[in-house]
Amino acid sequence: MYNFRNLYEPKSVKEALELRRKYPEALILAGGSDILIKLREEKIAGCDLISIYLLDDLRGVCVEDDGTLLIRPLSSFTDITMNPLIKKHIPVLGEAVDQIGGPQIRNIGTIGGNICNGVTSADSASTLKAYDAVLELTSLDGVRELPFADFNLSPGKVDLGADELLTGIRISKESYERTYGHYIKYAMRRAMDIATLGCSVNVRLSEDRKTIDRFRIAYGVAAPIPIRAVSAEKAATGHTVNKELLDVVAKEVLHDITPRSSWRAAKEFRLHLAQELARRATTHAIEKAGGKIDG
Amino acid sequence: MANTIVTCTVNGKNREYYIDVRSSLSDMLRGQEGLLSIKHGCDVGECGACTVLINGQPFNSCIYLAVWAEGKDIFTLEGLSNGRDSISDIQQAFIDEGAVQCGFCTPGFIMSSLPIITQDTPSTREEIRKQIAGNLCRCTGYEKIVNAIEKTQAKRIAEKKSGKA
Repeated sequence: MYNFRNLYEPKSVKEALELRRKYPEALILAGGSDILIKLREEKIAGCDLISIYLLDDLRGVCVEDDGTLLIRPLSSFTDITMNPLIKKHIPVLGEAVDQIGGPQIRNIGTIGGNICNGVTSADSASTLKAYDAVLELTSLDGVRELPFADFNLSPGKVDLGADELLTGIRISKESYERTYGHYIKYAMRRAMDIATLGCSVNVRLSEDRKTIDRFRIAYGVAAPIPIRAVSAEKAATGHTVNKELLDVVAKEVLHDITPRSSWRAAKEFRLHLAQELARRATTHAIEKAGGKIDG
Repeated sequence: MANTIVTCTVNGKNREYYIDVRSSLSDMLRGQEGLLSIKHGCDVGECGACTVLINGQPFNSCIYLAVWAEGKDIFTLEGLSNGRDSISDIQQAFIDEGAVQCGFCTPGFIMSSLPIITQDTPSTREEIRKQIAGNLCRCTGYEKIVNAIEKTQAKRIAEKKSGKA
């Protein structure tokens, strides 16, 4: 038996928003793979929960009129990995969330929960940051569109109003088209582990595949929140595809990241990982794009 | 505390349970249906000993609210056998391969293996390991478990090809 106090079970998004306004202290329960575990550990005993898990309107993936990819927040990690639209337009996101936990956790865990928790190690977050995702935050007053870049305020804190609900995650066509991405999760175990560091890179190459037209790189656990490494992006954009590019990226990311020591790894090791994963993820992304380092 | 009624299918049978809303799915199935193959191991979704299939996919029933089972099709290890004298091929394979030692994790492993052994194409050992990565075993060292799953899958694929094709 879980030791929460009240469980509210809205039957629609509108009802969920009304409950949000009425009970601002209540926690939103999506798949529960964080909240139900915290309840077991007595950390949030006695809390009230608004369970949105059964709201199927908040599940699924589609492409809108203008080519924008819309991911509904209750889509499970398995849903994301298996979804043909994700595989077609932004396969790196499916590959990233396929590295979370084990099959049971990927079946229950949701992408919305992953980012609303606000932890730096969220495996979906770095890829969503690297693709300039935009969040649809809904309240009874209407819809607020917020770049995911501005969502994480501090560890565990996100810019989600007490009466708001995350109802959509959008990636514009301009952002994902003709890009190739690669995510590397470095962890001590190959499953059921939290990333020591995560790095998501995506590239768009010129016609002849010899120049970087656009370069994006984002990290998890390289700072208190998931971040983009903008100095590295600036330095890599327009650069020729060669070995020197990898050196430039690896050098520049150090301007952007601020990892710390934790029981998982020392700061020095994370700095080393950030550089090495940047090289490897960049190399893989370029290869996926049909480019060749030193070609 | 609030109570509610949950209607679902368990091992092919229609069921209605009257439960405390604070129950986990594992609480409900063990307590109300006596399905004791579901183990309360870690209770936080780490060990996989409580794994059941919900609409055909493996979930940890210890971190699944019982109220979410409304309208769902739930399958547990008990659904695999017809009473004491008949067990399924995957259970027999676990015995034959020595994949059972203390046995506590076994039902969970078998539930996680079901989506793999019903596939039409053979899995690599690496793929099998990935599918059982959410289950912990402290006795066997996993090799024998992978063997049992691999052999059962191969046997079923061969049967499909020869017998019914």
